Amino acid sequence: MAATDPTSPTWLAAGRMRRLPLALLVMVALASLLLAVGMGSVTISPQALWAVLTGQGDPLHRTLIFELRLPRALAAFGTGGLLAVAGALMQVLLRNPLADPYVLGVSGGAAVAALAAMLAGLGGVAVSGSAFVGALASTLLVFGLAHGTGSWTPTRLLLTGVVVAAGWGAMITFMLSVGPTEKLPGMLYWLMGDLAYSRGPWPALGLLVIIWLALVPLARSLNVLARGPLQAAALGVAVQPLEGAVYVMASLLTAVAVTTAGSIGFVGLVVPHMLRLVLGNDQRVILPASILAGGTLLTLADTLARILIAPEQLPVGVITALLGVPTFLYLLYRSR
Amino acid sequence: MSVLEASGLVIDVPGRKDGRPLDFAIEPGQLWGVLGPNGAGKTTLLHTLAGLRAPRQGQVLLDGESIARLRRRHLAQALGVIFQERQDGFPATVRETVLIGRHPFLSPWQQEGAEDLRLTEAALTRLELNDLSERLVSQLSGGERQRVAIATTLTQAPRLWLADEPTNHLDLRHQVAVMSLLAEQARNGRGVLLCVHDLNLAARWCDHLLLLYPDGEACWGAAKDMLVPEALERLYDQPLMVAEVNGARVFVPSN
Repeated sequence: MAATDPTSPTWLAAGRMRRLPLALLVMVALASLLLAVGMGSVTISPQALWAVLTGQGDPLHRTLIFELRLPRALAAFGTGGLLAVAGALMQVLLRNPLADPYVLGVSGGAAVAALAAMLAGLGGVAVSGSAFVGALASTLLVFGLAHGTGSWTPTRLLLTGVVVAAGWGAMITFMLSVGPTEKLPGMLYWLMGDLAYSRGPWPALGLLVIIWLALVPLARSLNVLARGPLQAAALGVAVQPLEGAVYVMASLLTAVAVTTAGSIGFVGLVVPHMLRLVLGNDQRVILPASILAGGTLLTLADTLARILIAPEQLPVGVITALLGVPTFLYLLYRSR
Repeated sequence: MSVLEASGLVIDVPGRKDGRPLDFAIEPGQLWGVLGPNGAGKTTLLHTLAGLRAPRQGQVLLDGESIARLRRRHLAQALGVIFQERQDGFPATVRETVLIGRHPFLSPWQQEGAEDLRLTEAALTRLELNDLSERLVSQLSGGERQRVAIATTLTQAPRLWLADEPTNHLDLRHQVAVMSLLAEQARNGRGVLLCVHDLNLAARWCDHLLLLYPDGEACWGAAKDMLVPEALERLYDQPLMVAEVNGARVFVPSN
């Protein structure tokens, strides 16, 4: 059948078109990591970088790269990927391209819960678990309040999210003011994300791989869900279990991103939006592309944050906000 | 071939008395029309028959089995629904939209195959959408979008069609084309039920009719028995004139 079908060549090309952007994004992602490792207060030339990566080179460079810059760059990549895919999932869940874990207060909820756990003297897994519960609760609060009796209107959802996020912000400020002074600089990053205090890249990167695999069988169902719950149900999607799974996933992704680097805003908004402009809205492309492009964006933003006013460093959240706020306003303006 | 059956069915329209429970079956080869004024519950009935809304009483049976107990995926392999409202918040091309009709037949790990693509192309051709296939659905006119929705269900190739005002927004030529398509589906042994406002389309194409009154009363049967001017006048609360054109009855509102 395929051989005689005159349209099949176009479709084969379309299949290749699906893989091409991902291959390109992998290369861009690797380039961004190399750039992040090479640039900083001490610039390492490409030759020296190559020497270090092949197991030789200056021992000072080796320490600088393997113990400082590479972990931080990987943490940035992992966090960016998590936030972008969390945003993309929330957008499908709410059928609204303006949804983002930071704007909707999910990051704030996770930060408050994590901070409370830390002030209570807990550490490690308890902090992450607390952040996850905070993210779930915050999502439930915002969705529940905005849903009300009718459907999610964009304005109502966003207003609820923004107000809840402001509330979380106030609670973080409160906890910081009553918290021990000597810990203050290290805790401020909960308010405005900063990778200088990241706790290692592995939880974020590990979750990223798991989520990538978990989303493969779900992506086509999410394409159908994006057409609305009724249409999705009519085409055989078990809507409530799928929505529940997406909701838990998005909260988990946000929670791990927040425990890695604090509340970084707008990555989940900007990245999927830009990708949809170029690649359309097939989740089988958009979700993995969001992981790669989100990681790349945050890696580059963090590199910028390190070198812009070097030797001083900026919190990376400042950079993403400077990118994200205009994008958000533009989207809001266009959506009327 | 499948049969969809309403058994003692009372649809759940908030704040309305139960009225008369519905007991009818859409057999293969039948083309049912649901007539009724605004707010009579035509869409609610259609959604209830599709299992998208719980009935107040009674049940809907697909081949003798209650659809409440069937998995959505299984149901979607037999039952296609054309909705009145659509959400096009995200960019999607016409071809992608028509292709999602194959979703119920693919396992989670499967990609669309040659046969799915062939059905998509056939549906695009049948609904005269070839020239629009790369356009975004959000940029289409109402009538074009309606044809895309019908093409999606044609790609789904269900044994039972439930269509909510499928001729909405369509120009005369496409109204006739869509009604012919539904009649052809029925001739090929599928069952079709559609909600429709145009009495004359119903009179010309449907072989069975269900009249739904706003107070929950209902009557149903063969089209020739149901097309009684007095019953229709009471249904719409509107005097009618009846004319005959080439042996067929035509209903025109009088004032």
